[in-house]
Amino acid sequence: MSDLLNLNFNDITGEMLKVISDFDAGKGFAGAYNIREDSQCAGRQSSANIAITSKTDKPGIDITVKPFTKGETVFIPACVTHTAVDDLVYNDFYIGEGADVIIVAGCGVHNEGEEDARHNGIHRFFLEPNSSVLYKEKHIGTGDGAGLKKIDPVTECFLKENSRLEMDTIQLGGVDRSTRTTNAELGKNAKIIVRERIMTDNAEEAITNFHVKLEGEDSGADLVSRSVAKGNSHQAFYSVVEGNNRCTGHSACDAIIADNGKVDAQPALNASNVDAELIHEAAIGKIAGEQIMKLCSLGLTKEQAEEKIIEGFLK
Amino acid sequence: MLEIKDLYWSLPDGEAIINGISCRTNGGLTVITGPNGGGKTTLAKLIAGVEKPVSGQILLNGEDITELDITERAKRGVAYAFQQPVRFKGLTVRDLLELAASGSLDHAALCGLLGKVGLCAEEYIDREMSGALSGGEAKRIEIATVLARGAKLSVFDEPEAGIDLWSFSRLVETFEEIRAAATGELIVISHQERILQIADDIIVVADGKIRIAGKREEILPALLQGEYTCACPKRMGDCK
Repeated sequence: MSDLLNLNFNDITGEMLKVISDFDAGKGFAGAYNIREDSQCAGRQSSANIAITSKTDKPGIDITVKPFTKGETVFIPACVTHTAVDDLVYNDFYIGEGADVIIVAGCGVHNEGEEDARHNGIHRFFLEPNSSVLYKEKHIGTGDGAGLKKIDPVTECFLKENSRLEMDTIQLGGVDRSTRTTNAELGKNAKIIVRERIMTDNAEEAITNFHVKLEGEDSGADLVSRSVAKGNSHQAFYSVVEGNNRCTGHSACDAIIADNGKVDAQPALNASNVDAELIHEAAIGKIAGEQIMKLCSLGLTKEQAEEKIIEGFLK
Repeated sequence: MLEIKDLYWSLPDGEAIINGISCRTNGGLTVITGPNGGGKTTLAKLIAGVEKPVSGQILLNGEDITELDITERAKRGVAYAFQQPVRFKGLTVRDLLELAASGSLDHAALCGLLGKVGLCAEEYIDREMSGALSGGEAKRIEIATVLARGAKLSVFDEPEAGIDLWSFSRLVETFEEIRAAATGELIVISHQERILQIADDIIVVADGKIRIAGKREEILPALLQGEYTCACPKRMGDCK
């Protein structure tokens, strides 16, 4: 396949790509893509409507989506495949007016060595009026080296009038340290929807920081974080939703803790306009005994029931 | 067939809730009724394995299941519809029905199951069994999860609670269909006359004991006249 001619990555990246970006080795990616492996480009392809170009002043790429592009997907996975890599990349997304696209941006870190391995992706989204983006991001850590596997994404979002950004992010174990920072500024009638799911185990730590400024009239934010902390892991959820105009903001943090897991949830709502409607919900607790009992009454064992409840919770 | 022998159960503080119940079902549809607080729900939980008795025995088709936990009883064909439906964030109606059926269900099967409780599959299969559902919707889905099991013995704890008149009528028909098909035995805890009217057998439980049990034809007329229900102490002349 001609699409595959540009690809040049190792087997570890190949395996991680299957998980983080549903990569099909037979078909490649259906659309524009840029694969980053150990701080290098391991494959790139632009499409007629989506241009991917290297930055000249620092590591990273610019992804430019032409106005009114509809139904295309761009893949920008990043993998770190060995110890002692500290990957820093700056990716900017320019989404043209009226465009409606999907961005798949998974990250995998594999570490079998003694030193840490880290990917730090700094993403900026510039959404022009009436544009819409579904951003899908899946993080995994693999390998059993003593060195830590770290992923620290920073995302800055600028949404102009009537634009919409939906972020669907998931981290399901294996990442030892993660600090996720997401900041957004919304213009008139712009909407941001965030669905975050994180599972930590052993001694893993995951910190989430959201800061959303609802500046435009009738702008809206809906942030939902679901997390499961098992073993001796620790998760923290810090969110600030600012309502500076007539707007709606909702944030919810639901967490299940098991074993010696710890979860901190500190949501904040700041309103400076009488028509700002801001709501927050937060709940932390173990799996309810009645939930286990119900699934056991369907024939599942206690362990199967817990697994199924967590699987559904993080789906 | 279910046989219960000299069953006792108490709260952790020692208060006795089930005070020596012995009874036997004869297949078909058995309705357990009686005043609130009399021990009916506890009896249902003891049958399903949600609670373990202090003493006594429970036999299912001759096998002693007293020491089996809820999972083992489920595997032996006991199904239990909770009085208060359990909510799950993330698990959809389809997830629960497929777990109950121990396998994937096609659209026709899902329609069939939800239709029995008056719900349209199109509207519900992909919805989460969460607090976003109304009490009546959740209750009907809870009942559907038990119907999906096709169990040897299905126990329903006040299935009428919280559901509307039309759904209730459909549910009564479903109980009649199961009874007619003789695919499994039903135990229904209920106060509803319409359910009592389709029972094969009726057991009246009060104060943790069986007040009376027998064929519907024998029990129901007297029950409707108030013979086996709790009388007001004032009427009985016991009120000081």
